[in-house]
Amino acid sequence: MAAELRQPQDTSDQFDQIRSIASDYKYGFKDKEDYVFKSGRGLTEEIVRSISAMKNEPEWMLKFRLRALDIFRKKPMPTWGNCQLLNDIDFDNIFYYIKPSEKGEKNWEEVPEGIKQTFDRLGIPEAERKFLAGVTAQYESEVVYHSIREDLEAQGVIFLDMDSGLREHEAIVREHFSTVIPSADNKFAALNSAVWSGGSFIWVPSGVKVEIPLQAYFRINAENMGQFERTLIIAEPGSYVHYIEGCTAPVYSTDSLHSAVVELIAKKGAHIRYTTIQNWSKNVYNLVTKRAVAHEDAKVEWIDGNLGSKLTMKYPAIYLVGQRAHGEVLSVALSGNDQHQDAGAKIIHAAPNTSSTIVSKSISKDGGRASYRGLIKVYPEAKNSKSSVRCDALLLDEASRSDTYPTMEVDEKEVTIEHEATVSKVGEEQLFYLMSRGLTEAEAKAMIVNGFFEPFTKELPLEYAVELNRLIQLEMEGSVG
Amino acid sequence: MAALQPILKIEDLWVSVEGKDILKGVNLTINPGEVHAIMGRNGSGKSTLSYTLMGHPRYHINRGSILFKGEEIGDLTPDERAKKGLALAFQYPVAIPGVSVSNFLRASVKAVRGKEIPVKEFRQELKQQMALLEVKDEFLSRYINDGFSGGEKKRLEILQMTLLKPALAVLDETDSGLDIDALKVVSTGINTLATKETAILLITHYQRILNYVKPDFVHVFQSGQIVKTGGSELSEELEERGYDWVTQELTPSGVA
Repeated sequence: MAAELRQPQDTSDQFDQIRSIASDYKYGFKDKEDYVFKSGRGLTEEIVRSISAMKNEPEWMLKFRLRALDIFRKKPMPTWGNCQLLNDIDFDNIFYYIKPSEKGEKNWEEVPEGIKQTFDRLGIPEAERKFLAGVTAQYESEVVYHSIREDLEAQGVIFLDMDSGLREHEAIVREHFSTVIPSADNKFAALNSAVWSGGSFIWVPSGVKVEIPLQAYFRINAENMGQFERTLIIAEPGSYVHYIEGCTAPVYSTDSLHSAVVELIAKKGAHIRYTTIQNWSKNVYNLVTKRAVAHEDAKVEWIDGNLGSKLTMKYPAIYLVGQRAHGEVLSVALSGNDQHQDAGAKIIHAAPNTSSTIVSKSISKDGGRASYRGLIKVYPEAKNSKSSVRCDALLLDEASRSDTYPTMEVDEKEVTIEHEATVSKVGEEQLFYLMSRGLTEAEAKAMIVNGFFEPFTKELPLEYAVELNRLIQLEMEGSVG
Repeated sequence: MAALQPILKIEDLWVSVEGKDILKGVNLTINPGEVHAIMGRNGSGKSTLSYTLMGHPRYHINRGSILFKGEEIGDLTPDERAKKGLALAFQYPVAIPGVSVSNFLRASVKAVRGKEIPVKEFRQELKQQMALLEVKDEFLSRYINDGFSGGEKKRLEILQMTLLKPALAVLDETDSGLDIDALKVVSTGINTLATKETAILLITHYQRILNYVKPDFVHVFQSGQIVKTGGSELSEELEERGYDWVTQELTPSGVA
């Protein structure tokens, strides 16, 4: 089903609120560390074994982890993307596992005080009360809180953190886990497979439609933390689910690493919508593998917003393996000073009559760099497939950079493929026009940028759209004067 | 009238664009509530005057002054000028994709008035002005000037003027590209705008709009200057005799 239609956001109300916020990254605060367990720096087999042991995992999962560790060690760094930044990652300096509390709580009151305050500041419990059907909140390596509305639970919907998912629904997990993204897919998928912890496990029974979004919130707190959550969403035939994730971290002078693996399985006629608002602080490497399989008549949508991080490399993929499956990737990236957003999409047409749409919009400012990297692959038997790709880049100043790396591999003649790319600059005339109506330069720029992102913003639930517009305005205020 | 402070007093204004002199010594005084028309050929510098008044960054003032309500505004940014009560209806308004007309109008009105307007009150005011300008409701959810016809763009400009209620509205070729029906509607809007509180500087190439909007003063603009000033009868004379007549009158020897 389509997102609820609504009026475009009123941005004018938000100017005042924004002026009152001094810093341009308001999630940069950190908590005192008070952990149940914190691994030493660096990655060893012992750490992998102890993660598995602390979680009381079945033997097959330990074996899976150890095999992945071996793959990680053997696999070279990618030789594409921003190699310079990638090679700066010091894997020996990272904390691979931090357990903040004894167990994940279902009752908000039971969450340890300090962590609770953090999530309060991030507005998570409030959001849950207002418009969510379920929430998980992950702090460092573990989910500290999760809840789901009783009516969904009664319909058989499973929404757990991944560790609990494995404990309570081992058969379903074992059947699907890592079937979409094998450990050997890439170096960071291998790393995640070795040390994964937390993430969401969602299973929606046949025909059940979860009309209200489920949300996960990921928070890194410690310096040099590595967060490796693992998410698996399985939508049984004819079901629907919308999952939203958000992420933030404190500002540190040294780097942290976020390397998630997300697997989606949309069975016959199912529909999964996955929305991300990534707003990591600018010392976080965000290297994420996201991939979906869409079976016959299924639909998968990745709605992917990248605002934060130092380097993001993320290309949500959809394998259209059943007839008439449909895939959509709608992504935006905002790249500021010392940021590189290398994002895009991959769509594989592996069955007849499949269709896909990619819309990518990026903004570069203050010397930031945004890259679109995409792949459309059509296999020989995928007759009558259709794909349309559109990339729009907006440059706010001369120092900023935008690149496009589209790849098309089409092995079938009876297909329709469209590709369109534009690069534009914020026009002097647009600024003058808005400023002549009383808007300051920052307000005018924010308005133009928000307008540019509108095709993305209108797909978000109202509250997120407001928040996104606010974040963009903050960024614009920060970039002027 | 004479005792009042002028809304606008331009003295010996010289302006260049990219090193080229366009305005060469403009003098103009507009008192509160007056309607002035500036007429002139294309390329005579009329639009440069409007852009300079609003503070376009590419227009450089080399000499002279622009006093708005007695205060020099030559160094102010466009938004600062707007907040002082100056507004410009553009000849060629630009499109801003993704920004709805309603959001834009509210942000703009709030910025210029310097305070929040209750949603209900704003809606009411908006509906009233829209009815006057025969603008449909769906206008509000469209993106600013995006895919607008020429007539729609001009209506939106005038709609903004009526909402902003500036002390001086500069209307730059608001009549160009309008058919006769649209011209009548837009003229009604301008006449509504023209009150004791709002003076108007109407910049135009044609006499046509002055059949609907009666100016108190008509100025003929030529080669970056005002070369002749008169009452509304001057525009009729121009219509009859053409701009060459002014040129000839100014240069009795016939050398243009």
